Amino acid sequence: MIKPELICPAGTPAALRSAVDAGADAVYCGFQNATNARNFTGLNFTVPELEKSVAYAHERGTKVLITLNTFPPAGKFDLWKEAVDNCARLGVDAIIVADIAVAHYAKTHHPDLRIHLSVQAAASSPEAITYYVKEFGVKRIVLPRIMTVSEIRGLVEEIPCEVETFIFGNHGLMVEGRCSLTNYATGLSTNMDGACSPAACVKYERDADDNMSTKLCDYTIDRFGPNETAGYPTICKGRYKCDARDGGYYAFEEPISLNASDMLPELINAGVHAFKIEGRQRSRAYVKKVVAAFREAVDSIMAGQEPKLADLVALTEGQKQTEGALKTKKWR
Amino acid sequence: MSAELTLGPNLFHWPAQQKLDFYNRIADESPVGTVYLGEVICSKRTPFFEKELDSVAERLERAGKKVVYCSLSEVVIKRERNLLREWAEQEGRDLEVNNTAALLYLKNRPHRIGGLLNVYNEETMAYLAGEGATHFALLPELPRSVIEALGVRARQLGVGLEVQVFGRGSLALSARCYHARAHERTKDNCQFVCEEDPDGMTLNTMDDQPFLAINGIQTLSYGYLDLMSDMADMRALGVTHFRVMPHTCDMIAVTRLFDDVLQGRMDAEEGEAKLRELGIDAPFINGFYHGAAGDAWVSPVAAVPA
Repeated sequence: MIKPELICPAGTPAALRSAVDAGADAVYCGFQNATNARNFTGLNFTVPELEKSVAYAHERGTKVLITLNTFPPAGKFDLWKEAVDNCARLGVDAIIVADIAVAHYAKTHHPDLRIHLSVQAAASSPEAITYYVKEFGVKRIVLPRIMTVSEIRGLVEEIPCEVETFIFGNHGLMVEGRCSLTNYATGLSTNMDGACSPAACVKYERDADDNMSTKLCDYTIDRFGPNETAGYPTICKGRYKCDARDGGYYAFEEPISLNASDMLPELINAGVHAFKIEGRQRSRAYVKKVVAAFREAVDSIMAGQEPKLADLVALTEGQKQTEGALKTKKWR
Repeated sequence: MSAELTLGPNLFHWPAQQKLDFYNRIADESPVGTVYLGEVICSKRTPFFEKELDSVAERLERAGKKVVYCSLSEVVIKRERNLLREWAEQEGRDLEVNNTAALLYLKNRPHRIGGLLNVYNEETMAYLAGEGATHFALLPELPRSVIEALGVRARQLGVGLEVQVFGRGSLALSARCYHARAHERTKDNCQFVCEEDPDGMTLNTMDDQPFLAINGIQTLSYGYLDLMSDMADMRALGVTHFRVMPHTCDMIAVTRLFDDVLQGRMDAEEGEAKLRELGIDAPFINGFYHGAAGDAWVSPVAAVPA
């Protein structure tokens, strides 16, 4: 049985240190620009910050993975090249890429730099994954959050690389890397700019009856009654109306978080090589608590003990959690 | 350089007879030069038209059209993987790829890259061209500046470059069927409810503002892309093919208008006015091309002589 690595998010150098101290096997983070899909104000690393952070992690035996998981628009490819070059120079343990040309550049210019295929590449079949492995020497695939455990087990047996699955955090239903909803409403692209429902376009409006509308540019993404807690207006988590329904409904998915903690033994049994915790945009306290809880759980399972998993529901979006696609395909 | 109008794949689940009638009329009356066929969105829909496909293709070819077969866009389960393999193994057909899984099979065989595959930059274009891609249909969200850079490289590589100029634009794909969800069903027991919405199901905001259109696992723009007035500019940038997407409006009229403007037989201004007389029940949009929000209508730039 393989002991899966615990892959933990770091939006800032402080969060990185917290994740390392809490027992992460690897942390993942990005640069302060469009080369990563969480290009938010106040988040991510400058090159000097990354250099220090890599040293901090490596001294403690923790790996550092860099997300270069956006798609360079034509004419701007140099920014991504520079990011790949910086990763190689700083001795990071792997880069997580989505774009074919970024993968090709890394393979040809830095053949020793390990490549992981981002979930943004949307490789959801053995054939797609094998293509990336053959073409670019990809060593690990981060799986889209759309597969059941039994599908993952079948996949692990068929593909020539390691598999990483999400176990906790954001649970979006759009195929990642194939969504331009944000660009449709705001003019900023998820794939090109790393923006998803950008904060600058968000408005909260309270009406005379104390209802709260959450808006993205001109569109009302959801409306909450006086006793409801208003969520962030992410397009695929909003309530809409259609002819088939009376009143608003979550047309895509509820504001809900993935929590696969009960399924860790099955995932380990399926041969998964790494567990990923989502949340580079989350606080240092969040990172610390979630990483520590999953460290404990994975170690207990590997020692043949029943895992005691802390209650994490308070940390989830909308305080609601789901096992996502993992348990059954009925959610489709 | 010559410019050609094409008819993209029908994204919607129309009854087989409606599709047959539609393509027969296209063969007889539409000026499009190339027709893309095949189910792109949902593998469950495939059996309904599969057996008609070759005869439709033959009919279109007899009418002088080039026919291209498109792959599925989402390939996850065994049925989809088998469909994709069979699709990739057919001989003597031009094939358009909408999922990277197909690239495994088509390496070093000529093929086209579809408008649902992520090609954002000239380096990715060059890489794929080096492995056999001869033609690139672009994502709807690409702005003019990106198309300009891709146009330069496409000319150097000698590959075709195609942009969608009419119809709802694809914005997102999912593994979940949102049509089934709206009707409180799942993908496995959907009973093909998507057939009720031949141009997609409108999603309105809580303020009753139309926003998006649902087509099974796909989310489309509520607005219809209309880049008629930008076609001359795009030709100058190196775009060679202009894609009109099938809808239930009068597609003979739509394709004739776009072809008349593309070939210089009609002013764009007149074409735009006539397009607005066809009773299409949604706003026209062109924001993506002009670097604005996709749902916007931006006054088109002055046409650049080709």
